[in-house]
Amino acid sequence: MKATSNEQALLRGLAGNDSAIIEQLYKENFSTIQAFILANNGSYDDARDVFQEAMIALYEKAQSGSFVLTCQIKTYVYSVCRRLWLKKLQQMGRFSHPVDNLEETISVEDDLEQHAKHDAAYAIMDRALKSLGEPCKSLLEGYYLQKMDMQALAAEFGYTNSDNAKNQKYKCLMRLKKLFFAQYNIGE
Amino acid sequence: MVVEHAMFLQQINDYSAIKSIKQTLAQTHQNLLERGEISNSETVSSSAKIVQLFHKYKKVASIAASVGGVIALFISGLALYLSPVSHNNQIQQLSNDIAAIKKSQQYQGKLINEVKSKLPAGVKFISGGSGFLIDAKGFIVTNAHVIKGTGAIVVDNNGKEYVAEIALIDQEKDLAILKIDDADFTSKKSLPYSIRKSTTDLGEEIFTLGYPRNEIVYGTGYLSARTGYEGDSLSYQLQMSANPGNSGAPVFDNAGEVIGVLSTREAQLEGVVFALKSNNIYKIVRDYNEMNDGGKDIKISTRSTISRMSRKKQISTLESCVYYVKSFDK
Repeated sequence: MKATSNEQALLRGLAGNDSAIIEQLYKENFSTIQAFILANNGSYDDARDVFQEAMIALYEKAQSGSFVLTCQIKTYVYSVCRRLWLKKLQQMGRFSHPVDNLEETISVEDDLEQHAKHDAAYAIMDRALKSLGEPCKSLLEGYYLQKMDMQALAAEFGYTNSDNAKNQKYKCLMRLKKLFFAQYNIGE
Repeated sequence: MVVEHAMFLQQINDYSAIKSIKQTLAQTHQNLLERGEISNSETVSSSAKIVQLFHKYKKVASIAASVGGVIALFISGLALYLSPVSHNNQIQQLSNDIAAIKKSQQYQGKLINEVKSKLPAGVKFISGGSGFLIDAKGFIVTNAHVIKGTGAIVVDNNGKEYVAEIALIDQEKDLAILKIDDADFTSKKSLPYSIRKSTTDLGEEIFTLGYPRNEIVYGTGYLSARTGYEGDSLSYQLQMSANPGNSGAPVFDNAGEVIGVLSTREAQLEGVVFALKSNNIYKIVRDYNEMNDGGKDIKISTRSTISRMSRKKQISTLESCVYYVKSFDK
């Protein structure tokens, strides 16, 4: 089934981090996933983690320009969660025969491979940021995550002017880059 | 270098985007949980989904549909209530439940009347399975779940009935010992088979004789795992077909040695059967002998005299040592 225009709008909302749309997606899909995980040896916490990871995988797809969803969001999320959870069960050695509620599933192997790469890069960046130390960590987070401008950053961190802040930010960024590439292999 | 830097900036932007979506997701989850629109229960609850579907299909939902739903729920509830409770729905005990074999019991009832049943008057026959001799004096081993009643009668392969008393029940190992206590019973000189003390290896070809119906039935298979359901080290996993009534049947290896007692099967998978390891028989016999010091000791034979016989010959020798166990309640 082709994604309807309504579903495309939902995906655009997700790509834009629109909290109302994300809430709608959450409401429509979470309980199905929860039922699936609970029926397959999982807990409420597992359901939450797996569901949020699937939402991130969907978000990554929605962000990339070449994205075409060939099925309903519901089916996609269910397929990703199912794959993620069965993999996790296997890792824990608790694999049992999956219990399905006859939901439709699609193959999501390629997408999940892509997602695993993103996830690895995310983890490396996270570690690099954490080992950066203060004030670099807060400075970079302020600029890149909270999108503060140089003026605000200068005031916040007590630099005399925005040029000083910018200079300091650049030095921090270079250190972060070094830490990041120490672990991240471009060839991969 | 420029390319590398551009890529690095891309990575930072990706990172911050994912980080903020993660925050949004966590926040959303919290909000929905507080408003009760999703539940954090550990039990499978479909109410959220029902509400969801209701909102989605409000317009098409009709009273007729809900009446239908109520009836369906009522019927499935009734079916659930009336169906026998098994202690684990993943595995299935292979004893016969009377409700399930009502039909064959009518036929049996006739048969029993003809030969003047030894079932005491006014008792109900509630479960059945198989059992086999472990001592020629008339000691029979079967599964504890076969003996649901207060007493039992055993039937040999010629349809002859003997009254037996329950000598020992070990619910934990799921084994029971019956003692034939009947003047008509003539004890054999010795048993043709032995009972294995050590464990058996994977791939061992096995066969069994049991009473899934009123007549003795032969089945074969192989040993497929050293442990039973969910790693239960008291049992083996076998690949063979087994049916209700096979519970308590002996599992023999090619040499005619008893390596286990058939007990349960996996409900969802065809041909996956579990058998209690034969060394458990030694354990309960020891318990029994300790309880009854002197006089009525059970001696298990450790020599098999049928090891070199052809399979047909083995079966015809073994047949007379395997019994149909019927448990009754006053």
